[in-house]
Amino acid sequence: MRLLIAIIASITLLITDYRSERLLPLRATLSVLTDSLKYAVDLPVSLFEKVSSELSSYDTLKKENTSLRQEQLINRTQLLKFDALEKENIRLRALLENSFKLGEQVLIAELLSINLVADEHIMVVNKGTRFGVHPQQPVLDVNGVVGQVFRALPFSSEIMLITDPNHAIPVQVNRNGLLTIAVGSGMSNQLNLPYLPNNADIRPGDLLITSGLGGVFPAGYPVGIVDDFPETNNKSIPHITATPKSLLDRKREVLIVWGSNALMPLTTPLSKTPADNEQ
Amino acid sequence: MNNSYSAMRIFITLFFAMCLRITPLSDTLAPLNPDWVLLVLIYWSLAIPESVGIAHAWFLGILVDVLLGRHFGQNAFIYSLVIYACLVWHKQLRQFPVVQQSAFIFLCLLFSQLLFFWFKNVHASVQITGIFWLPIFSGTVLWPFIYQLMRSIRRL
Repeated sequence: MRLLIAIIASITLLITDYRSERLLPLRATLSVLTDSLKYAVDLPVSLFEKVSSELSSYDTLKKENTSLRQEQLINRTQLLKFDALEKENIRLRALLENSFKLGEQVLIAELLSINLVADEHIMVVNKGTRFGVHPQQPVLDVNGVVGQVFRALPFSSEIMLITDPNHAIPVQVNRNGLLTIAVGSGMSNQLNLPYLPNNADIRPGDLLITSGLGGVFPAGYPVGIVDDFPETNNKSIPHITATPKSLLDRKREVLIVWGSNALMPLTTPLSKTPADNEQ
Repeated sequence: MNNSYSAMRIFITLFFAMCLRITPLSDTLAPLNPDWVLLVLIYWSLAIPESVGIAHAWFLGILVDVLLGRHFGQNAFIYSLVIYACLVWHKQLRQFPVVQQSAFIFLCLLFSQLLFFWFKNVHASVQITGIFWLPIFSGTVLWPFIYQLMRSIRRL
């Protein structure tokens, strides 16, 4: 009898959860309990890191400082150029009567060192809806795209990595703009590129960047580098893979990005475009 | 046995089981991490079936659903079914030698993993690899040790 009630209750919950978002408040409430568990499990690791950083010697700190300073110098000079390029890009796009996505806001979040489900590449970070995080936000680190926010809870959020077997990200080859989709492989250092024609112009070492299609990821962020693949004749399609740029298992800090949702029109829009009619 | 005392022990062991469930492990060990919560719950349902029931299993399942970011009701469904089986056969199971118990645990874990696979596929077909089934074997191998450990905790 009790079993029957339990089964009916769980199936009802399952169906409501699959069909709608109505159970989100319940999940948010219960997550306060489970999030404290997540933080408890993370505590030894973060404590260890804190202590080891406290104990690092003056010498290493000094070395780190000089190297960071040099890096910043290089970055600054590159940014100078970037500014000019951005302005030029905006001007050119204005000529094409194109819209341009401006400024993205970021929030630094820290990974909690816990494992949820082994065969899914989902990570948990310490920022949640309290900080305005919402699902489908892109997540980056200093090297490239990490993944996207999968579910946001009050005190933590789950991030699906681009290497998850159920994740796909629209990319383009930086060299020639060839568009394709990078699908997660389930391995933390590999992405698959299954949707390429066998005469596609793609070479080992090509940089893949986000194409901005699909609307989740802003365009232009590095995703991965195409791996070596054997040269074949045109009859067979080689299995092409890429290595993600982001250091998914080594970095503890990630950036959650707020893209500006509205496109900024640079020229006065025409009265009605076909795209407007469709909406 | 003092009731509140044992309730506290159940609570603490389940707390640690949930911690172990999400504990960070290396890439080679992580796929082997078994469903600790279910194993501990099975132990309690065999040891004191009068105070651990389907309702407990169900609520715990809901909590694990939130913890692991599953859809609501998956773990609740699985836990209540497995605990029901344990409650029905607990008299026989307690007489079994540990090896035979492990065989039963293997079946329970296999059943739960099959249901997980099914739940994953209800919404959209997903890819899984061989490592998906590894927790069943690690859980079975670990069962004798968990059994001994839990028994010593119960008899403290």
